[in-house]
Amino acid sequence: MSDQRDSEAFLFEEASLLDENRFADWLALFTETGWYWVPSQAGQESPVDNVSIIYDDRRLLETRVRRLCGETMHAGLPLPRTSRLIGNVAVTGAADGIVTVRSKFTMAEYRLERRRDFAGTLFHGLQSTGGGFQIAWKKVDLVDCEAAMEGITVPF
Amino acid sequence: MSNLDFDHLIQPDRVHKSVYTDPAIFDLEMERIFGRSWIYVGHESQVKNPGDYFCTRIGRQPVVMTRHRDGSICVLYNRCGHRGAMVLRDEAGHADAFHCCYHDWQFDTDGALLSVPLRQGYPDDFDLNDPDKGMKPVARVAEYRGFIFASLAEDGPALEDHLGYIATSFDDLIDRAPAGGVEIAGGIARHAYNGNWKLYLENLCDGLHPNSVHRSSIEAAREQDEGTHSDGAGEIAVRQMRQNGAPYAFWENQVGLWAYPNGHAYLGDFHDDEKLVAAMADPHFQDYIAAMRAAYGEERTREILSVGRWNTNIYPNISFMSQFRQLRVIQPVSVDRTVVLGFCFRLKGAPDHMFEDTIRFANITNAVASPVLTDDLETYGRIRLGLETSGAEWIPMAREIGKDEPDGNGGWRAANGTSKLHIRNGFEAWKSLMTETGA
Repeated sequence: MSDQRDSEAFLFEEASLLDENRFADWLALFTETGWYWVPSQAGQESPVDNVSIIYDDRRLLETRVRRLCGETMHAGLPLPRTSRLIGNVAVTGAADGIVTVRSKFTMAEYRLERRRDFAGTLFHGLQSTGGGFQIAWKKVDLVDCEAAMEGITVPF
Repeated sequence: MSNLDFDHLIQPDRVHKSVYTDPAIFDLEMERIFGRSWIYVGHESQVKNPGDYFCTRIGRQPVVMTRHRDGSICVLYNRCGHRGAMVLRDEAGHADAFHCCYHDWQFDTDGALLSVPLRQGYPDDFDLNDPDKGMKPVARVAEYRGFIFASLAEDGPALEDHLGYIATSFDDLIDRAPAGGVEIAGGIARHAYNGNWKLYLENLCDGLHPNSVHRSSIEAAREQDEGTHSDGAGEIAVRQMRQNGAPYAFWENQVGLWAYPNGHAYLGDFHDDEKLVAAMADPHFQDYIAAMRAAYGEERTREILSVGRWNTNIYPNISFMSQFRQLRVIQPVSVDRTVVLGFCFRLKGAPDHMFEDTIRFANITNAVASPVLTDDLETYGRIRLGLETSGAEWIPMAREIGKDEPDGNGGWRAANGTSKLHIRNGFEAWKSLMTETGA
């Protein structure tokens, strides 16, 4: 059961980093070839042949996070305030040093008199390292991924 | 609304802010622009087979594009002729006949009423062939090389005349396919903003904004270590973000802006293939060029790929570009709410890698979480907020006015890529459509 406990603790810590706008620390959780994906269509099988809300390889994720940490992002002045709740954490597999974890999340977002709520399923591929985990990949299925939404700046 | 003085609201060098903020003017736009002009509906590849349908909007009105049994393409009001229920509720699909959920009226793929339950209960003069009882076709449908347009008005200029020379931007897109055709693929990138629909078109040919609006993504991309792992996504994205940061002198001296009658425009000479695809050395782009040469020969291939158009606006509801095969459909919701749908094209006969780049480019330009687009959306919202003030009634559009030259194709070339020619030109079409008699 240690994978269960450890991955749960990891997911909670990851959510805290994002809630606290510690984006550089969040980026550091990813492996050197890690990727982050938010599909734009329910059941979307690939980020390669269909548009996505976000599909970042490591290079683009670094640029995204650098922008979030900068001082010139109009859409982020001020940055939204967010609060995430992670639950229903289930370890769904373990192979080749990667533990796969499925969980549910809700995220409240507030910025400039506007409040939004996001919800969906998180899928993490967690690579075991000496002291814990790194994110080899993360996929976020939003319940309303096909909706025409206003700009999204802070990752889920 | 007949007391609106359009000559006062739209002047050669400025417009009154109410054209972006007044709900009554918006209602009139829906009637006289979206209810009158040619509106892009979809591409033929979205309804390949008889019975295929694609649901969209013309202005605020739900319509559906269908492929009829005889192979023709129809555009129907998405409404049952009985109690008015929307018949087709999903985004797209296929059916041999369309059924209304309410009382099971059935419609053919051209909207004609096929059958109603308990027909004997209706009056004797009940006529299945009455188009008002079917899913009624819109007044006019026309296509340009697979791009389907519709007009809700019985009378008006032909599509060909409405488009004029700007149709060559469609040619540019299609010409780039080694097998001579394009198809929509790869899903829809949707986004929305609280602002007027016209802002979107105006911004897509605005060479003055990237340095300021996109500063955050430009700076973040400039600092990006190229040694970091990329599977292709970051490579395309970072390059595009950096290119937005071209100095003002580049936008002034190397980018061009052209405008044509009826509100159309394009921004040109922004990209060339050296900048586009990691230089010509990219083996995948070489495969594409080889396919083009095999299809068209070296000379013609060079000619096709030398067309340097960036965004082409077809007034009033689309903007597209051939170089990364993108199309955006602008859907006005209310005077201060707009939804935009981004589509991607696959070039027939091109290597798969070309389409993968198309997707990567769409993610960085049209995705709602794009580090680029989010700053545009923020800006549209701020315009809405700023225009709520009574501090100034007028919005100037005089930049580089009076310096436009005839381009030899019935349009005008602006003095440079930061001119507001396309905005002045858009409002000229706007005024013409909004006046009682129309264009």
